[in-house]
Amino acid sequence: MDLSSFVTVFDSALRLSIPLLAACLAGLWSERSGVVDIGLEGKMLVAAFAAAAAAYAFGSAWIGLVAGIGASVVFGLIHGFASISQRGNQIVSGVAINMLAAGLTAIVGNAWYAQGGRTPPLEGVQRFGDAIFGHSALVYIVLLAVPLTWFVLGRTRFGLRLRAVGENPAAVDTAGISVTGLRYTAVIIGGVLCGIGGTYLSVGQSAGFLPNMTAGKGFIALAALIFAKWRAWPALGACFLFGLLDAIAIRLQGISLPGIGEVPVQAIQALPYLMTVILLAGVIGKAIPPRAAGVPYVKER
Amino acid sequence: MSAPLDLPRWADTVLVPAISVVAAFLVAGLVVLGIGENPLSATRYLLQGSLGTGEGLGFTLFYMTDFIFVGLAVAVAYHAGLFNIGGEGQATLAGLGIALVLNNLTFLPGFLLIPLGILGAAAFGAAWAAVPGYLQAKRGSHIVITTIMFNWLASVLIVYLLVNVLREPQSMNPETRAFPDQSYIPFMHEVFAAFGIEIPASQLNLTLVLALAASYFVWLLIYRSRLGYAIRVVGSNPTAAVYAGISPARIIIVAMIISGALAGGLAVNELMGYQHRLLLEFTSGYGFVGIAVALMGRAHPVGIILASLLFGILYQGGAELAFEQPAITRDMVVVIGGIIILFAGALDGLFRRIVAHLFTRQKLARA
Repeated sequence: MDLSSFVTVFDSALRLSIPLLAACLAGLWSERSGVVDIGLEGKMLVAAFAAAAAAYAFGSAWIGLVAGIGASVVFGLIHGFASISQRGNQIVSGVAINMLAAGLTAIVGNAWYAQGGRTPPLEGVQRFGDAIFGHSALVYIVLLAVPLTWFVLGRTRFGLRLRAVGENPAAVDTAGISVTGLRYTAVIIGGVLCGIGGTYLSVGQSAGFLPNMTAGKGFIALAALIFAKWRAWPALGACFLFGLLDAIAIRLQGISLPGIGEVPVQAIQALPYLMTVILLAGVIGKAIPPRAAGVPYVKER
Repeated sequence: MSAPLDLPRWADTVLVPAISVVAAFLVAGLVVLGIGENPLSATRYLLQGSLGTGEGLGFTLFYMTDFIFVGLAVAVAYHAGLFNIGGEGQATLAGLGIALVLNNLTFLPGFLLIPLGILGAAAFGAAWAAVPGYLQAKRGSHIVITTIMFNWLASVLIVYLLVNVLREPQSMNPETRAFPDQSYIPFMHEVFAAFGIEIPASQLNLTLVLALAASYFVWLLIYRSRLGYAIRVVGSNPTAAVYAGISPARIIIVAMIISGALAGGLAVNELMGYQHRLLLEFTSGYGFVGIAVALMGRAHPVGIILASLLFGILYQGGAELAFEQPAITRDMVVVIGGIIILFAGALDGLFRRIVAHLFTRQKLARA
C-alpha cells in the first residue's frame, strides 16, 4: 500500500469512527452515572431523521443539528424517566427505545415524504460541508468532546460526583447530593452526544436520511465502550480502531491478499463483536463496568 | 412513592398488563393522528384484515406461530433471571441448521426428514444460545451484551455463508436452493382438504400445532418439573439456590439452551412451513417482538399465546392496513411493540402503583 492509499484509508477510518465515537461517549456519560444505555442505536436513529427533516425544512444544517439533538434528548429523557424515576429495568427500556426509534422514523418518514422512509436529498447549506482538511465541523465537535469528557469527568467536582453516583449512589445521597439530578444530567448529556452522532450520519456523512441508517453503529459503540473500559481517551482509540476495521473491510472488497487469498469482508466486520465477546469473557484483560450501572437507586432501603 | 404493591392476583396478572396494552394502543393512536390519519378507521381495517376473512385469519395464526416460539424463548430465560435478547441470532442459526439438514439428507422420506429438520433447528439455536449462557455462567460476561454481539455475529455469518458458500452457483439471490419437496411442513389448508374440509389457503401450516405443544411443554417444565423449579429459584434468588444445592451456573446454561432451541421454532415455521429455502433476514426482527410478547404475557405460556395472537393480529392487520392506508406502513407494529415493551416492561412499576393506589382508596372508602 502506498502513501496516498494509506492516507485515504486513514481518512475514511476517521469518517467512519465519528458516529461511533459520539455514541460511545454518550454511553460513557450515561453508564458512568449508573444508567445502562443500550438505546444508543435508537437515539442516533431518531437524531439522524430529525436532523435531516429539519435541515430540509429550514434549509440549514445547524437547525438540523439542533433538531437532531432535541429528538435524541427527548428519547434519552424517556429512558431516564423509566429507569431513574420509575426504577424500571434499564435494559428493557433501552430495547424499547431502539424499537420505537426504528418504527417511528420509518412511519413518519414515509408519511411526510412518501419516499419509502427516506428524506429528500439534502444539498448545499442543508448539509455540513467540508470545513477544515476535508472534514466537516461536526467531526471536530465530536473529537473535541473527547478531552472535554476526560476533563469534566476526571478533573471537576461535578465529574467526581457523577462518577460516584455510578459507583455508590447511597454514599452520594448521604452527602446530600441528588442522585436523580445527576443521573438525569448524564442522560441528557448522552442524548446531546447521540444527537450529534446521528446528525453527522444524515446531514454530514450522507445527504439525507435512509431507513435504519445507523445499521448497528449504536451496538458497535457499545462494544467500543466496553473495550475502552468506560474511559474517554481509550474510547477514542477503540472507536478509531473499529472505524479502521470498517474502512479496511470496504477497501479489501474483492482484493486478493498474497498468501492469504481473498479475505471475506464479513470476517473483518465481525471483528469488533468478536473482540468484545472475548474481552468480556476475560481472555484479554478484564472489563469492569461502573459498580452501580444498571441498578435503580432506591432511597428508602 | 412507596404505595403498597400487594395487589390481588387477578389485578396483577390481568389488570396491570391490560392497562399497559390499552395505554400502548392509545399512544399508537396518537401516532396515527400525528401523521394525519384516522385511528378509528385504521383500527377497523386492522381488525377486518386480520380476523374478518378466513384467509386473513390464516395469516394471523401464521404470525402467531412465530411469536409463540420467540415469546417462549424469552420467557424461559427470563424465569432464570436472564434477559435473552438474542432471539434473532438464535433463529438465524436455527435456519442454517435446517438448511444443512434438509439439503444434505434429500434422500430421506418426509416422515424422517421433517423431524430431523426440526431437531437441526433446535440444536443450532440451542448451540448459539449456549455460548452466551456459558460465558455468563462461567466467565461473568453480561448475557445481554453477549447476546447482542451474537445477533450481529449471526447476521454477518449468514451473509457470508449465503453469498459465498451455500448459494447455488447459477443463482443471483443470496439464498440456498429449495429444500426437497418431502420436507415441507404441510399447509393447514392441505391438511383440512385431505379430510374433505375446505378452508382458505394461507401460509398457516402445522407448525402452529407444534407451537401450542411447545407452550404446553414450557408450562410443564417451568411450573411442574424439578428443573423448572430450579430455574425459577435461580431467577429469583441465586444465593438461595446455592444453599438449596442447585448450581446456578448449570441452570443458566440449561435455561439458555432451552431458550435457544425454542427460538429455533421461528425458523421452522418460516422456512420449513413457508419459504422452503434459507434466505437472508427471514427473522424480520421477530426476535425482538418476542421480548414484547413475553413481557406482555407475564412469561406465562397462556399469556404468551394471547400476546402472540395480539401481535399476529397486528402483523396481518398491519399489512392490510398498509394496503388500504399507505401512509400507515407495517412499521406501526414495530412502534406498538416498542411501546408495549416500554409500558409492560420498563414502566411496569408505574401502572402497578396506579392500580395499587386505586385499590387502597377503594378499601379506605369502604371502611
